[in-house]
Amino acid sequence: MTGPQAARLPSSVERERRAFRKRQNSRSVLISFLSTLTFAVVLWFFVVNTPGWALVQRSFFDFDVFQSAWPRVIEGLWLNIRVLFFAAIGVLILALLLATIRTLRGPVFFPLRAFAAGYTDLFRGLPLIIVLYIVGFGVPGLGALPRMPLEFWGTIALILTYSAYVSEVFRAGIESVHPSQRLAARSLGLSYGKTLRLVVLPQAFRKVTPALMNDFIAMQKDVGLISVLGAVDAVRAAQIETAQAFNFSPYVLAGLLFVLLALPMIRLTDWYSARLRQREQAGSLV
Amino acid sequence: MSIVLQLDELHKSFGDTVVLNGISLTVNRGEVVALIGASGSGKSTLLRCVNLLEQLDDGQIWLGKDDISDPRAHPDKVRAQIGVVFQQFNLFPHLSALDNIALSLIHVKKMKPQVARAHALQLLSHVGLAEKAAWYPDRLSGGQQQRVALARAIAGGPEVLLLDEITSALDPELVGEVLELVKKLKDDGTTIVMATHEMAFAQDVADRVLFLEGGQIVESGPAREVLQAPKDPRTQAFLRRFSGQS
Repeated sequence: MTGPQAARLPSSVERERRAFRKRQNSRSVLISFLSTLTFAVVLWFFVVNTPGWALVQRSFFDFDVFQSAWPRVIEGLWLNIRVLFFAAIGVLILALLLATIRTLRGPVFFPLRAFAAGYTDLFRGLPLIIVLYIVGFGVPGLGALPRMPLEFWGTIALILTYSAYVSEVFRAGIESVHPSQRLAARSLGLSYGKTLRLVVLPQAFRKVTPALMNDFIAMQKDVGLISVLGAVDAVRAAQIETAQAFNFSPYVLAGLLFVLLALPMIRLTDWYSARLRQREQAGSLV
Repeated sequence: MSIVLQLDELHKSFGDTVVLNGISLTVNRGEVVALIGASGSGKSTLLRCVNLLEQLDDGQIWLGKDDISDPRAHPDKVRAQIGVVFQQFNLFPHLSALDNIALSLIHVKKMKPQVARAHALQLLSHVGLAEKAAWYPDRLSGGQQQRVALARAIAGGPEVLLLDEITSALDPELVGEVLELVKKLKDDGTTIVMATHEMAFAQDVADRVLFLEGGQIVESGPAREVLQAPKDPRTQAFLRRFSGQS
């Protein structure tokens, strides 16, 4: 007996269809390649032939300035990375707390719910840079707290602002878990809190992971704003170098480094979202 | 025979719609009671009230010697003593079949995780799915999911098991395996109250059949009597309609 599938040759109709799909595929790859190339060449020639290009190239893309600015900017970036690390942890904790509070039911929790709602309203509306000034210069000015480095207050300001956004993402996730899941959990005798922790939150987390990653990417670059407080991060370091070299290239260097920092997370988010979509739409062509 | 569950004059309305209109019922240990009736006759609401998922308007529910309808009764403790299986399975999609069963053992019965998992595996093999222990619900067929849901419901050793039309969402060829399992649970001595549309099964397994209409028990008695020789004209009409459909 032969194998059920291996020995079977596709019909002539199917072979013709496959050949057609292959031709179509090669054609579209070729077209996309040519159009990308044309666009890039046109753009390049346009920019290079602008009257001010030589000047712009010198003051923004000077390789020697890149090199001399490198040590200080990279040291600044290390500060950004550390701030990002602690801010991300702080945001996750505070946002989860806020989201949980906003989903609590019952009149007893009204003050808590109102507080959380007011908090998200306030910090989603307030520009980050103003929060940075208030927290960075206002709070230490109270004189009631021990002296802390500038980057500490910058981290606090980031946590305050981003928690407001991320808590809304969490809340959407919590509310997207079907009520029958809560019903099933409660019918087993699990308490409200345990139902939330063991059944609702794990499912909510999965659903909002791409949105969370997106907010993380946004925060990755906004970490550069702590420079307005005077903390010597990558942006501040670039500013110092710029002032010394009378050349904007250090800013471009810092910008490129921020992009490099964000790229892995951006690709990871794309990959994860695609995988999620694939899983949910298994068996469908559209 | 000891009484496990006793319902006294239960009343429940949703707005102007009266769903339960004075239901009284006594269920003995090891007994299987089937609730039949048209959609909207109050079968599901009755089961949800017993499990305290709905609040009664009036009446009392006794589980053993405790009045569980008393607002001072602790709902989580009451629910831990009552197993429920739903029409839509409602397994937890983020947990394996094994962990679906072990969850309440660990967090409600306070078993050590290893002990709970060993117990859960035992239950899975009892429902014939030991080899699917590591599988997630969406990889299981509807019948398999419902068998896991049954194992989850009996894991904590409940006083009574409530089944709410557990075969209604299944493809016809998968109904049999679930009903076989319910029969097995009956033979184990489980006390069961089930809402069902499977008349042949009700006659086969149930000790008693109750016909509900308009939130009242219209007729009740031994399964064969109610289903084969109904006395009330409303029961007769319902069963005629029903056999005409299938």
